[in-house]
Amino acid sequence: MIAAMMASSYNAKEEDGHHSGSSSHGGAGAVKSKKPDNTAFKQQRLPAWQPILTAGTVLPAFFVIGLIFIPIGIGLYVTSNNIKEFEVDYTGVDINSPCYSCAKNFSWNSTQSCVCSVNFTLEQPFESNVFMYYGLSNFYQNHRRYVKSRDDSQLNGDLSALMNPSKECEPYRTNDGLPIAPCGAIANSLFNDTLDLYYVDSNSTKTPIPLAKKGIAWWTDKHVKFRNPSGNTNLTVTFQGTTKPVNWRKPVYELDPSEADNNGFINEDFIVWMRTAALPTFRKLYRIIQKKSGTTPTLPSGRYILDITYNYPVLSFDGRKRMILSTISWMGGKNPFLGIAYITVGSICFFLGVVLLIIHHKYDTRNNSADIPN
Amino acid sequence: MVTLTFLSHFNNYLQSCMSLSSYCVGEENWVDSRTVYIGHKEPPAGTEAYIQQRFPDNRIVSSKYTFWNFIPKNMFEQFRRVANFYFLIIFLVQLIIDTPTSPVTSGLPLFFVITVTAIKQGYEDWLRHKADNSVNQCPVHVVQHGKVVRKQSRKLRVGDVVLVKEDETFPCDLILLSSSRDDGTCFVTTASLDGESSHKTYYAVQDTKAYNTEKEVDSIHATIECEQPQPDLYKFVGRISIYMDNEPVARPLGSENLLLRGATLKNTEYIYAVAIYTGMETKMALNYQSKSQKRSAVEKSMNAYLVVYLCILIGKAFINTVLKYVWQADPNRDEPWYNERTETERQAFTDFLAFMVLFNYIIPVSMYVTVEMQKFLGSYFIMWDDEMFDEELGERAVVNTSDLNEELGQVEYVFTDKTGTLTENNMEFIECCVDGHVYCRVTQCWLSTQEHEELFFRALCLCHTVQVKEEETVDGIKHGIHQGKSTSFYISSSPDEVALVEGMKRLGFTYLRLKDSHMEILNREDEIERFELLEVLTFDSVRRRMSVIVRANTGELYLFCKGADSSIFPRVISGKVEQVRARVEHNAVEGLRTLCVAYRPLSSEQYQQVCHLLSEAKLALQDRDKRLAEAYDLIETDLILLGATAVEDRLQEKAADTIESLHKAGMKVWVLTGDKMETAAATCYASKLFRRNTQILELTTKRTEEQSLHDVLFDLSRTVLRHDKSLKKCDFTDFGLIIDGATLSAVMRPGQEDSNSGNYKEIFLEICRNCSAVLCCRMAPLQKAQIVKLIKASKEHPITLAIGDGANDVSMILEAHVGIGIMGKEGRQAVRNSDYAIPKFKHLKKMLLVHGHYYYIRISELVQYFFYKNVCFIFPQFLYQFFCGFSQQPLYDTAYLTLYNISFTSLPILLYSLIEQHINMDILKKDPSLYRDIAKNSLLRWPIFIYWTILGVYDAIVMFFGAYFLFDNTTFTSNGQMFGNWTFGTLVFTVLVFTVTFKLALDTHYWTWINHFVIWGSLIFFVVFSLLWGGIIWPFLNYQRMYYVFMQMLSSGPAWLSIILLITAGLLPDVVKKVIWRALWPTTTERIQVGTHTHIIEDYGSAKTTAAVFVFWKNYCKTKDRWVLL
Repeated sequence: MIAAMMASSYNAKEEDGHHSGSSSHGGAGAVKSKKPDNTAFKQQRLPAWQPILTAGTVLPAFFVIGLIFIPIGIGLYVTSNNIKEFEVDYTGVDINSPCYSCAKNFSWNSTQSCVCSVNFTLEQPFESNVFMYYGLSNFYQNHRRYVKSRDDSQLNGDLSALMNPSKECEPYRTNDGLPIAPCGAIANSLFNDTLDLYYVDSNSTKTPIPLAKKGIAWWTDKHVKFRNPSGNTNLTVTFQGTTKPVNWRKPVYELDPSEADNNGFINEDFIVWMRTAALPTFRKLYRIIQKKSGTTPTLPSGRYILDITYNYPVLSFDGRKRMILSTISWMGGKNPFLGIAYITVGSICFFLGVVLLIIHHKYDTRNNSADIPN
Repeated sequence: MVTLTFLSHFNNYLQSCMSLSSYCVGEENWVDSRTVYIGHKEPPAGTEAYIQQRFPDNRIVSSKYTFWNFIPKNMFEQFRRVANFYFLIIFLVQLIIDTPTSPVTSGLPLFFVITVTAIKQGYEDWLRHKADNSVNQCPVHVVQHGKVVRKQSRKLRVGDVVLVKEDETFPCDLILLSSSRDDGTCFVTTASLDGESSHKTYYAVQDTKAYNTEKEVDSIHATIECEQPQPDLYKFVGRISIYMDNEPVARPLGSENLLLRGATLKNTEYIYAVAIYTGMETKMALNYQSKSQKRSAVEKSMNAYLVVYLCILIGKAFINTVLKYVWQADPNRDEPWYNERTETERQAFTDFLAFMVLFNYIIPVSMYVTVEMQKFLGSYFIMWDDEMFDEELGERAVVNTSDLNEELGQVEYVFTDKTGTLTENNMEFIECCVDGHVYCRVTQCWLSTQEHEELFFRALCLCHTVQVKEEETVDGIKHGIHQGKSTSFYISSSPDEVALVEGMKRLGFTYLRLKDSHMEILNREDEIERFELLEVLTFDSVRRRMSVIVRANTGELYLFCKGADSSIFPRVISGKVEQVRARVEHNAVEGLRTLCVAYRPLSSEQYQQVCHLLSEAKLALQDRDKRLAEAYDLIETDLILLGATAVEDRLQEKAADTIESLHKAGMKVWVLTGDKMETAAATCYASKLFRRNTQILELTTKRTEEQSLHDVLFDLSRTVLRHDKSLKKCDFTDFGLIIDGATLSAVMRPGQEDSNSGNYKEIFLEICRNCSAVLCCRMAPLQKAQIVKLIKASKEHPITLAIGDGANDVSMILEAHVGIGIMGKEGRQAVRNSDYAIPKFKHLKKMLLVHGHYYYIRISELVQYFFYKNVCFIFPQFLYQFFCGFSQQPLYDTAYLTLYNISFTSLPILLYSLIEQHINMDILKKDPSLYRDIAKNSLLRWPIFIYWTILGVYDAIVMFFGAYFLFDNTTFTSNGQMFGNWTFGTLVFTVLVFTVTFKLALDTHYWTWINHFVIWGSLIFFVVFSLLWGGIIWPFLNYQRMYYVFMQMLSSGPAWLSIILLITAGLLPDVVKKVIWRALWPTTTERIQVGTHTHIIEDYGSAKTTAAVFVFWKNYCKTKDRWVLL
């Protein structure tokens, strides 16, 4: 810096200060080149819309929002209320509950599966398609260690990943030196209770209700994201050299004995489980009860029996298991929150609109009285 | 005592070591004075033994780095920045432990920032190296063994005898030995040092002035003993011992013998001089402190916020860590059967750091990048500004540091140089009045032939110390006496005198020359009149007048006296005093520099008496100055008043208007000048710095001689305080303070044992605080910096701006928060060292009122908004920890985490911070008081910051719990399928991006097509990116968790509805707050905004604009008053 300064004092032709120095050293060319362009952008004079939020301008917006939100809210609320939902907790905490003994006597090593039945009554008939969910509480599917404990390449059918799963799967990566397929904590803890629903009609006959297991997973998951290695043929061979997850009773290629193309990584129950839930209390779609043709309700009101093959222990971590039956509208399941929220926000907007109107009115008159005399 | 001096020397030594750093002599060699052997000749044996000292060579070092230390030193300096260091730590943590996000997310941006900065700084330092080299290798002429040798400047050593030719610059500080002029004088202009462009006379040592060839000079055998270098340009004490015939003769040396590096030799063919201070020890180098990194107030606020956020971050991480351990105290929660740890995970305790990493985005690296970009790109608008282009100079504004753009909007004190900054540095004769009749006004003259009038003109032609320099044709810059004919110039240490003599020439009396102690005048009839110059009673600032005694051809003797009115009138015995006084006062009010002219006819007896008095005084060995003054006092009496003159140092165009605007904008303007008080005061009046009703307080040497400094100070502070009380009675007078350099240094002098000196400073500051305008005259360059420092350090820590054009202003330009250089005539040093440079003083108005205001508004929004959007961003993650078992699970996908600050929300705010205009430019210029609205960093105060943070937290809560309740145990698709945690995060993130962008849109007052493009564009980009990111199985990723998540979400009706709802709910409070505040407690800015809409916008651009603005301004004043009353 100093040097720059000094350099200049060596080079500069100092003029005598008291002589007028209107000399233009630069010459016309230099002047022109230094003159800034007179463009709107460079001079910060671009044409612009200059809105200002005042009571006057915001008022209409508030009323409009209020007027739109409140009806939407009411609509949502009504829709949500029309949805029928039934929930039954079958964990078996209570000594009187039918699954108490299954829950108490659970052991990882038992080969015998424990079955229990829960009776319940639907007061109202379920008209349209009914969706059957299982719900878990206090189950942290969103725990970081859990969420990352999977190998998406393996699930996508990558052969090298099949034999050499990602490190993220630890400690569910290998068992007895064999790679686990599918690896990781998520797969290992696959929900394996079996739920069967029976309608008990007036003369106490149990009619099984057909439960569809197709269409419970996202289409893209089923067809793109999850793939069996080397196609769906001969899964037993494909999975040779791997071992099943520790907690599983049967290998991945035998998940659904009834349907051939619902095995391996593309088993829909498995896919549903692999989409980790956002919150520790969650539900997952288990089966769909298709609406029968005609006017008969899908699930008429009456008594039902839920048969549970109790394989999944939750008591150790204070968890709960539920079975949920729910109809669906265009806005999904029963959720009054959205409707209430819409009504609330709409009302607040409307109310604020009124407040602002008053303020605006007062302020404006005051302002005008000050301004007009000038 | 001994220890004391030792300590002070040691201090000196330390300082020099630190500031110069290029050398460090051993402590034992460090003595109070230095001894220089001229021509490196040892003194003859038998004389006192001098301590041999080592001096630095004449090398100038301004570069910071060398090739070898660049990388470590630069890295060190960069990581000293809190932010960089923080990101480095985060990066390292991510590298070392298992964290929720990958190290790339923070490493890449950091690497980018560091590299770019290093390259920039390296380039700048390379330029400095180049500049240093060109200076250090510049050739100088050195006398060696009776011959002139060319040497590189850096090889010059103390003791070398140097030959400097006319118009060359002195390569180091020199003692003048001899010159080409017979009388051993030389003329020097120190324009590049202290800004005084006039020629000053320096004197050779009497005993060596005859040695003026290289052979002779080489034969000089002498030793110089002088003090160690000190920065005061006007002080020098030394002694030269000349050994002639083995009989050493000692002569005192003073500042009149010392030629300073940076000054230029004028009107003297050549000189011989000996180097005494070289390189970084020259007074010039000492006067330029190293340029320290300036940081703006906004950056300081930013750092304060950063600390707050760091605390929030640590707090969050700490809370979560504690909760985590509490939560997982139950082993079934910690390690349920479905989720076991690996062995390594069981051993490591890195939760706290992992949480830190998870939340680290709250302090975004991108903010620093955006701020830097905003500053860098934004500064182009200053350079591009057409209104700051000066046609005459062909120059436009230059931005040297873009770091301080917003500081231009925060200025509270303006320190301005006078000559060349406020004024054109161009004196012009305006009028003269004889006996109270105005004879000449600018160029029109009403001449009659009166006896007094003729005498008056002759008096002006004779009573001066102007020299005539005849020159062949030099470059056409200078203008001669006879245009076209032989060119000759008037040269004087006082530009006023030149103006007067030139004015006389216009009136027909041309001063030709001084020849054989006869002054020759060409009168109106083209006859040459000769006057014998008998005595010159030189000017001094105490007497404030000068006189000459001449003998006319006819033999009559006259004493002509010219001086300030206050020093002439008391000595006048006849003449039309009242009329002249009236005229003088009239002119002074107009800001003209007035001088009175009087004469006294002398009889030969009187002359004899005068001669006697003078010669007696001149011969006195002790108190010579005092006795001379007494003699002058006796001689300059019984004067007859002739008339008065008025000279104008023309103010720069619109200087007064600019100063008035600055005042209105609430800035205090100080004029710091090396000029004498009267001149400076006149300029201050002319530039409306002082107005007619300004009460002037004087704190000058003259007053402190009468009273003690103590009394004067207390006197003044009492006056000011009394005024403070009377202010309530509404008689509004503002104060102006005049202080001179000597008094100032007395005020600032540290170190009396008692606390008095501290008190002085305090009192002085107290007085200054109450003065709207302060004039500091007779200031040395470093004193200018000192005063800036003093104000900077006062307890309000105001933002200062220094503006100047000369090298003498460099130190204050460097010291002030913002330094502005004027592209004046005195070289480019000020411009080079400034942060901004403008062609004319008037451009300061737009610079501060418009650009400064805009940049401040822009950057404060930028800073607040950045913190806000990152609170919105990270707070949901924090909340999510409560629902995921404090497991550091990120809410958003990595791509979102990385790109949120980099691309989804970066461009709109960058653009906003570049082109936002909350108020029209013209209104900002017309209404300077709007500047007060943003004073004192008002948009970055804590309440506002807290408001933004709370808003951010509120939005985060709305977003998170909105999504939470929507997800709560239900499905929201019409096919019954469920969404997972990534959909949850994506929903929050979508609401987040839209809310945050709309928030900015609501704050934007100036929607150009670019704003529309960028704001809507970045939202569209987010959507397109999300579709793409989830639309493909990305082969290079080891996870596919985002696959189809975004599209699935969009296929659900409730998701759409909740996005709309949450955005509305998020924005609602801010809109309401804005509207209500505007209605109930509007700021002036907001009034103007509304005002422009209702009153002006319609006819804006038409001829009515000014009127409308004026009407509005009046209204606004009224309403403002009303608000004050309320």
